[in-house]
Amino acid sequence: MSRKVVNATVNGEPVEFLAGGGQSLLDALRDELRLTGSKEGCGTGDCGACSVIVDGRLVCACLMLAPEAEGKRIETIEGLADNGHLHPLQHQFLEHAALQCGFCTPGLLMASKALLDRNPDPTETEVRYWLAGNICRCTGYDKVVRAVMDAAADLRQEKPR
Amino acid sequence: MSGVEYLSPGSVAEAVKALQVEGARVMAGGTDLLVQMRVGRAKPRVVVDLKRIPGIADIREQDGAFIIGAAASGAAIGEHEGLRKAWPGVVEAANLIGSTQVQGRASLGGNLCNASPAADSVPALIAAGAACVIAGPKGEREAPVEAIQTAPGKTSLAANEVLVAFRLPKRAVYSGDAYLRLIPRTEMDIAVVGAGVSVTLDASGKCVDARVSVGAVAPTALLVEAAGAALIGSSFEEVALAKLEAAVAAAAKPISDKRGTAEYRTKVAAVLARRAALIARDRAKA
Repeated sequence: MSRKVVNATVNGEPVEFLAGGGQSLLDALRDELRLTGSKEGCGTGDCGACSVIVDGRLVCACLMLAPEAEGKRIETIEGLADNGHLHPLQHQFLEHAALQCGFCTPGLLMASKALLDRNPDPTETEVRYWLAGNICRCTGYDKVVRAVMDAAADLRQEKPR
Repeated sequence: MSGVEYLSPGSVAEAVKALQVEGARVMAGGTDLLVQMRVGRAKPRVVVDLKRIPGIADIREQDGAFIIGAAASGAAIGEHEGLRKAWPGVVEAANLIGSTQVQGRASLGGNLCNASPAADSVPALIAAGAACVIAGPKGEREAPVEAIQTAPGKTSLAANEVLVAFRLPKRAVYSGDAYLRLIPRTEMDIAVVGAGVSVTLDASGKCVDARVSVGAVAPTALLVEAAGAALIGSSFEEVALAKLEAAVAAAAKPISDKRGTAEYRTKVAAVLARRAALIARDRAKA
């Protein structure tokens, strides 16, 4: 079956790749564009390890077809740090040791970023509900939630600058 | 999932044409279809993605009625202030589907046409008296939401028909709706039971119209007309609520599975319908 040329923007850069009709965006990111930060945990939209932001919306890259990406603006974990400077979320995940094996971390970071992009001052309850679709085997979530709350505070303080 | 052709028609007419091909399947958000393809339960030759059709994901108000595009995402529905105000029950049902990530893609059209007995938005849409706008080779037709699901995974839509939008009627002054579901945890699970209720009151608070629908207690979501009738003419007194509960329990024909026994589901359906009715009443008064 024919593959389609797809033009999209990934982390601010224009990209072009060939997509099979039934190929997931996750497979295209990992196998065609070699952006292997997004992980495949379940492949069925349950675990959130492949979370990316498409046109401002958090989605599972495994639940989107690669050819759907035509013309879309995609943000992945590879674009989170700014020229080697960690994003406040990444910094706080390290500070709080909010990861152990790290497999869920790219997804948790992108999901957290999507939350703070639209809600800079979330309550703990809001954080927990927002991240309910990101499954972590190791941390028990508490450190993750604290890291997100502190990163939100960091980002709020940074704003006036 | 190799060997699948992906099409993204730019109009409803093109989508209908694309569906003439044997083995073509409609995709809206894809949160059910792509999972089914992955596990081999769905094997479409062609996936017809609706999302490039102008307006297919729009939500708009028209003379007090709301038109919700079949592919509008749960997230977009939850962010629409006018819709939240007019139809809070429909919105809360749509927003219960899956995680934040799933909300970014999942649609009401997909939730209905996937035809799961436990689809959260369906009882709320049935209670709301929502109509489906369906396009086919001979043009458009309308059908009530309760006429779409015919069995688990089956709908009354022809293979070359596309659900384009939902039409929610104009609200009377004192009206409200609510949807409640029971799951064993607070997030990320499939309904053991769901109940949607929509009511309209007169100025004195007496119920003049009511629709009650329950999900996950039969092969399809049920419109329980006797439960709505039990409320009409009442001021939600105990005797009316007891009648509503009895009507829901009588209509429920659940299965027993790992999520709950038939007896439990029947009891909970009645309880949730009562609670949803009281929330809908309070919203109607507010």
